[in-house]
Amino acid sequence: MKVLLSKPGLDGHDVGVKVLAHGLKDAGFEVFYSGLRKSIETIIQMALENKVDAIGLSILSGTHLVLAQRMNELMNEQNLDIPWFVGGNIPSRDVNKLEEIGANKAFPTGSKVLDVVKYFNELKVKI
Amino acid sequence: MSEVSSKKTSEDLGVKKVYLESGIEVDPIYTKDDIEDSSIKHEMPGEYPFTRGIHSTMYRKRPFTIRQYAGFASPEETNERFHFLINNGQSGLNVAFDLPTQCGLDSDDPRALGEVGRVGMTVDTLDDFEIAFKNIDLDKITVSLTINGTAIIAIAMYIAMAEKAGYDISSLRGTAQNDILKEFIGRGTWIFPVEKSVKLVVDTIEYCAENVPKYSPVSVCGYHIRESGANPIQEMAYAFCIAKAYTDGALSRGIDIDDFASRLSYNFDIYGNLFEQIAKFRGGRRLWAKIIREEYGAKNDKSCWLRMIAGGGGGGLTKEQPENNIVRSAYYALISALSGTQTMALCSYDEAYTIPTEHSAEISLRTMQIMIHEMGICDTVDPLGGSYYVESLTDRFEKEIKEEMKTVDKWGGIVNAVATGKIQESVSKQAYEREMGMQTGVVDKVGVNIFTREEENKEVEFHPYNQEAANNQLKKLKKIKASRNNDKVKELLVKIKKDAEDDNNLMPSIIAAVKEYATVGEIVQVMKDVYGEFEEPIFF
Repeated sequence: MKVLLSKPGLDGHDVGVKVLAHGLKDAGFEVFYSGLRKSIETIIQMALENKVDAIGLSILSGTHLVLAQRMNELMNEQNLDIPWFVGGNIPSRDVNKLEEIGANKAFPTGSKVLDVVKYFNELKVKI
Repeated sequence: MSEVSSKKTSEDLGVKKVYLESGIEVDPIYTKDDIEDSSIKHEMPGEYPFTRGIHSTMYRKRPFTIRQYAGFASPEETNERFHFLINNGQSGLNVAFDLPTQCGLDSDDPRALGEVGRVGMTVDTLDDFEIAFKNIDLDKITVSLTINGTAIIAIAMYIAMAEKAGYDISSLRGTAQNDILKEFIGRGTWIFPVEKSVKLVVDTIEYCAENVPKYSPVSVCGYHIRESGANPIQEMAYAFCIAKAYTDGALSRGIDIDDFASRLSYNFDIYGNLFEQIAKFRGGRRLWAKIIREEYGAKNDKSCWLRMIAGGGGGGLTKEQPENNIVRSAYYALISALSGTQTMALCSYDEAYTIPTEHSAEISLRTMQIMIHEMGICDTVDPLGGSYYVESLTDRFEKEIKEEMKTVDKWGGIVNAVATGKIQESVSKQAYEREMGMQTGVVDKVGVNIFTREEENKEVEFHPYNQEAANNQLKKLKKIKASRNNDKVKELLVKIKKDAEDDNNLMPSIIAAVKEYATVGEIVQVMKDVYGEFEEPIFF
């Protein structure tokens, strides 16, 4: 299973996303990483080019709702059905909001690498 | 030496082996034999190579400075805060900037949507600096600009503002973070390719050495490197390599080492093993002094000083049982004081999940004040000097930091190591190992993997986004673009471009342009046209 991990927006905190990239790689996933400050357009394009099965957005600056809405719009516009998820500094009260917007899952602050890996293993079974 | 006293290793004594985060093995007992070769016996604080501190009397004369970090969204709010602080007897402030300003985007750039004023003050033009510093006596307040990618523009604006207000810039004080190399390793607000980014830092050093000699244009940050996953040896080694890169650049412009080395300062991180951190600072301070004197031939003692802000790092704090962070921060403060810091800052205990409240910010402040006023921390200089363990570990750190710097040389020097992602790759791998170590219980963390309890759900809080302030900023920008002399701005932007093409120092032309209200985004764009942008190597 192929996963793209990405950093939308201007936030440059990338320790967490790279830790997760290592974790998923160790668990046998094929991981792509977008690098910093990518637009949602670019992220979707990278996802399509690499034919990934899931897209992760890592956001720590507090702009997660704005960026998730943009993600949902573009995914709908292009009629894409790739599950996407959000992690980073996410208040737990926004988890439902993000999932309502269209995220397959949102991982609030304090989520553990192994929990995220577990979620992906379950997703793998479904896919 | 008797048979008994030589038995002091873990194996001799039949106890488990212990390793520091840096990989150094620690013996259960240290004796005078461990520091036999050390020169420390004859060394006094305030004397080269300054292992014991850069001043002879240290805190007995004046305690370390307390400087907590704070950010305000608009120039108007920042100005209010300045006046509040001055009225309360304070004399300095760290200015945080929002991400568009740090990344060189104007408030009206589509990429800035939702980010204007979110994590700090917005700056589009000199007008914003003029609002922020309205009726502030720049001779009395020292301003620290926490900005890197666009630091050359922020420094230019600060100088331009002072000049326009009639100050003599030859006596203007202040500091800027302006350490772009660490941004490539952690934090990420880089814009231009690595070599050109370093050139811009050197431009500020050269300009300040010649025109604003009391200004500190660079604060080299080991802090963010450590927070990104580096161990304490690497934190110091990479920071020193970075400082050397800026130093080499300045020397290549023909500046004398003694004309700028004393203006360089450092920002370091504290969490983890107490003795390891103290040895890191003592050994690092000695090594830096030797580098500046022996390699660069500095004559002035001040040039050899490792001046630092060393504060409690967020990396050591936990969301679990957050009150424990108050205790951790008190230890970090103690470490910082025992290491001879010049300035101290602590994270608030609730910072891992929320905006620090006034209450939690006050606890941080009181932590440092209790140490100064109740613990006798200021009475005696370098109280751990002469400890067999601390001196032995200090010697070891000096050696290990030096070795790690050689590793960077093997990677082709710091500029190449950063451009190719070599350092990013190694620190991110370590961050992963540390995180997994904590999650699987290999590394003990109280409240996280040992002595845990049921946690109540603590909500993460952000400052609510101030859409009105953002709209106001857009209006101001529109107004300025309509009222300034646009022909003049265009001409001055062309001049910056020409200077960039000719590899001239950009400070004079940027200062001229900001005086005519050229925007941060416009200036960055002409620089991008010449320099291009950094292409991030994808490593994890």
